[in-house]
Amino acid sequence: MGIAPDTASETVRRNVSLRLTVNGEEVMIDVDPRRSLLDLLRDGLGLTGTKKGCDHGQCGACTVHVDGQRRLSCLQSAAQLNGAEVLTIEGVAGPDGDLHPLQTAFMRCDALQCGFCTPGQIMSALALLTENEGADAQEIREAMSGNICRCGAYNGIVAAIMEVANGAD
Amino acid sequence: MGPTEWVFPDTLACALAELAKPDTQGVAGGTTVLDLMKMGHETGVRFVDLSRLDLKRISESADVTVIGGLASNTDVANAALIKMRHPALSDSILLGASQQIRNAATVGGNLMQATRCSFFRSPDWPCNRRAPGSGCAAMQAPGSGHAILGTSSHCIATHPSDMAVALLALDATIVCETLTGRHRIPMAQFYRQPGETPSEETRLPAGALIVAVEVPHDPLFQSSGYLKLRGRASYEFATASVAAAIELENGVVHRVAIALGGIATVPWRDASAEALLLGNTLTDEGIDLFCDHLLAAADTRPETQHKAPLIRGAIHHMLKRLAEQ
Repeated sequence: MGIAPDTASETVRRNVSLRLTVNGEEVMIDVDPRRSLLDLLRDGLGLTGTKKGCDHGQCGACTVHVDGQRRLSCLQSAAQLNGAEVLTIEGVAGPDGDLHPLQTAFMRCDALQCGFCTPGQIMSALALLTENEGADAQEIREAMSGNICRCGAYNGIVAAIMEVANGAD
Repeated sequence: MGPTEWVFPDTLACALAELAKPDTQGVAGGTTVLDLMKMGHETGVRFVDLSRLDLKRISESADVTVIGGLASNTDVANAALIKMRHPALSDSILLGASQQIRNAATVGGNLMQATRCSFFRSPDWPCNRRAPGSGCAAMQAPGSGHAILGTSSHCIATHPSDMAVALLALDATIVCETLTGRHRIPMAQFYRQPGETPSEETRLPAGALIVAVEVPHDPLFQSSGYLKLRGRASYEFATASVAAAIELENGVVHRVAIALGGIATVPWRDASAEALLLGNTLTDEGIDLFCDHLLAAADTRPETQHKAPLIRGAIHHMLKRLAEQ
């Protein structure tokens, strides 16, 4: 997965210098021109909360926010992000470690089994809360369709989002 | 092998100069480019980032809506102007991909997206579209998603875009620029059927950048709609889809526009079939005549023969829905 080794060893690649904000902290880093945001987060910055599921934009496990919008980090070239603000699952809890209401709702509603898709589900749901305030269950299912859960915890996921969207927490 | 470097033009003139150089690849949202690079496709060695160009606005002049080539799919779908004047366009975008992908994807990128044919995507297989002259593995092992219209003996890959189907029904025009000037291409001429050269997918000039899409203001399109049938309820490419608008006078079809997706190698529209509806009362029999004409040359295989009744049903459903509005 990720970047294949160069077959022509003489290939010279020009790294791209980036300054970006990740979870509120400024980061300056040089990235390989082929690097995805997902690989930059996990391998370059050690932020492994964002998961690599399919790496082809089909599962949503790698969902993060870029400049306030949810994106698939596996389909985002890191090189294009100079100046961007990135939010990952590591930046969702409060500075004192208090979980976000959405995170506690996921726990309370049993919205996960193995948990691998959960960071992506939370990041997607977090964006949904501002995209469509007061969304009903049907709208939540449609808006969350880009996040696959192979354990099938969908009913719990929808219930958790409904709780927060309707101000239960 | 992927890019060896990126360049970041700030102006259209600089971007066009970069795109005119050999071995370059323009990258807007980049979702398809990065995906296919990871699949092992050959790419240009110089990637040109288009995200800084001022081509993201959605505006209107006296008689057209002008959508910037780099407007995001989300912004287009949610624009009040689009929802009011061209609802089929908004619907088609919202029924495609996921919110995460629509946020990244641009109008130009959506138009230029690659087919989802699995034999195209994986470089392990022969594919005339990816590697001209290598053959077509899909002919030997056709899947259920392949095209039944516009096919050739060299390619049966389905065009994946929902948005392009709506733009075809809405008589849109693609506006592009090269170093030599501005070019305008009607949607009906934008895509090439595969014929003997499946790798030549569009009539976009070499080195061109799509700067805008123009959609004419027409009362007909204000009640347009998009219907999409697919293998799961959301986040799936079309098996059969219809973008349509119809104007009836006392039950008689006065004007009609019907474009089809999921069933053809390019977004599909058949003026001679539409002509069969004009001047006649809209009836089940009339719609069946339209479908018979449309599907007369259908190239179905056992794996794809379900698409003919599916598109027929979708057309019936869509036209009745519009007639009852």
